[in-house]
Amino acid sequence: MIATIGFYVFAVILLASATMVVTARNPVHSVLFLILAFFNAAALFLIAGAEFLAMILIIVYVGAVAVLFLFVVMMLDVNFAELREGVQRYAPVGLVVGLILLFELGLVLTGWHFAPSAAEIRMSPTPTALSNTAALGNVLYTRYIFLFQLAGLILLVAMIGAIVLTHRERGTARRQRIGRQNARQPEETLAMLNVALGAGIDEIGILRPLPDPAPVGAESHALPHAAEPH
Amino acid sequence: MNWQIALPEIVLALSGMAILLFGVLYRRDASVPCNMLTLGAFLVAAFLVLSTPDGSGYGDLFVVDAFSRFVKILILAGAALALMLSFDYNRHEGIARFEFPVLILFAVVGMMTMVSAANLMTLYLGLELQLISLYVVTAFNRTAIRSSEAALKYFVLGALASGLLLYGISLVYGFAGSTSFAALASALNAPGGASPGLVVGIVFVIAGLVFEVSAVPFHMWTPDVYEGAPTPVTVFIGTAPKVAGMALLLRTLSTPFGHLSLDWRLLIELVSLGSMILGALAAIGQTNFKRLMAYSAIGHMGYTLIGLAAGTEAGLRGALIYLVVYVFMNVGIFAGIIAMRRHGRVFEQISDLAGLARTDPALALAFAVFLFSMAGIPPLAGFFGKLYVFLAAVQAGMWTLAIIGVLTSVVGAYYYIRIVKVMFMDAPAPAIDQRPAMVSFVAAATGLFTVFFVLFSAPIVAAAQAAAQVLFG
Repeated sequence: MIATIGFYVFAVILLASATMVVTARNPVHSVLFLILAFFNAAALFLIAGAEFLAMILIIVYVGAVAVLFLFVVMMLDVNFAELREGVQRYAPVGLVVGLILLFELGLVLTGWHFAPSAAEIRMSPTPTALSNTAALGNVLYTRYIFLFQLAGLILLVAMIGAIVLTHRERGTARRQRIGRQNARQPEETLAMLNVALGAGIDEIGILRPLPDPAPVGAESHALPHAAEPH
Repeated sequence: MNWQIALPEIVLALSGMAILLFGVLYRRDASVPCNMLTLGAFLVAAFLVLSTPDGSGYGDLFVVDAFSRFVKILILAGAALALMLSFDYNRHEGIARFEFPVLILFAVVGMMTMVSAANLMTLYLGLELQLISLYVVTAFNRTAIRSSEAALKYFVLGALASGLLLYGISLVYGFAGSTSFAALASALNAPGGASPGLVVGIVFVIAGLVFEVSAVPFHMWTPDVYEGAPTPVTVFIGTAPKVAGMALLLRTLSTPFGHLSLDWRLLIELVSLGSMILGALAAIGQTNFKRLMAYSAIGHMGYTLIGLAAGTEAGLRGALIYLVVYVFMNVGIFAGIIAMRRHGRVFEQISDLAGLARTDPALALAFAVFLFSMAGIPPLAGFFGKLYVFLAAVQAGMWTLAIIGVLTSVVGAYYYIRIVKVMFMDAPAPAIDQRPAMVSFVAAATGLFTVFFVLFSAPIVAAAQAAAQVLFG
């Protein structure tokens, strides 16, 4: 009984917040409603007995993806009103195409019948003696270890690609030079001064002088060696 | 679990990561040693491919048989030749970076996985690994707008094709209850034929795979990508992925969907007809050599698909032989295109080749051999490729395909031989630069293969026969 009530509550909130995601005018509100939708979907998973999926949904989607979305929405200057302009212009044509597709898919699905042997060869029966997490682990890391590793390779290639296509060596990059750091003597950087009581730092000139204006990027770095061109 | 069944792929992937690490840590310019190491890795992988016994592993996800062995060796050969052509070109263009061979290597891992796929999921993941590597190498000359444009077009259309493929796979899974090839074959063998939903799924799968081999009507990306990509990448895209995609079509359609051949044969026939006709007609007006080769590739894929449409063992054998011949001819022609460089600048127009026979007779001769072979003039290799597929089509009673194929070959011969005429008859253009040794070597090796294919074709035909038997057995 409680589970049923819970299901309807969560489902209604899920649907409402999902609607808000696509209709909210403010993109930040959209992302916040998205997070709400994720939480409610996780609750539905819990009711269905898939506790692992529920936790993963929150950790991965709310923890990482939604925060990433928020970053993108807040940091990038995307004009969402402009993006939406096209929607109204293309909506009628899109709607017609969508309806035709829906009709055709309906035709396909009315012919739905399972192959006679489909039930026996179904590959993932519901595990009985295992917890959800262990069963998923079995599927992912034992049964389909080959595909799992292959997916890892795809991610590696995507990473190489992103670096190859965007990374460029910049002449102005500041790198740590450990040898130089270790060779530094206290005399070069420290000065011992007697400070009179009540005197402000302006009056006694305790601020070290800025280095001579060097051609590139010197003004932001007071330390003498940082101003040298590399 | 006999994990050794995928030993070539595992060794190749591990050596790819090792080469990547070496390239990052190596103090000086790592592109030359990384290229050499990658070629070495290909060689080792080829030995491992030949020594891996038949069988299937990883819970029926991966299969090794005579067919996969045959195609993998061909893929490794095509990739190695393309990599050899890239050395001097990349250095000239200032894009000689150590990631290039690594990406090529990972693309090859993806293709080898595709070829050995015994499950729709393995198929899809292998395909994605290959495609993502290809998108990146297409954009490798990142300062050139043409290269980035080609990569973007390839990426958008490729993503669309992947979507179609996935949608088809999900429909097939929904209607048949499995993604494993063996289980699908038995599920679809049921009397009463396939449900319409299943047929829709298969059509989507075919659409996704046909994009891979750039056959009509999914050929739109080919000319732009061929023209825009750096030429060694064009060589690579034109050889190994085509072989892998075609092998995937052959295996997928004849193993899990073999019992539904009545449903898909007409489709393949139409794709084949369309590719041959478009390849022949659209190439006539081209002035850019790389674009011309793109249309030529579309046509050649049409000829290869005749073998599949025939639906017989002889047809599959013909398709495999055609692929072997095509890879070597294609690499040879592109070796010539890479040599087209005047005062250090690349040129790609056919008219720039005018009178090449007088300024560089050896290169002109090599071009002539490859072009005549592509046109299907006996006794060059291209003739035998066409002979085997047409023979299979006639034996299977598909006269339409055979006749249209012969007619489009005649049209194709026109534009191939027109290039020969430009090289041998027209007034000479200024001489081209000294060829790099590696390019000459590749052109000579593939040229000898093309000329003397008739002498040593017996073992290749026998191997293709054995490979085709696996799919039909």
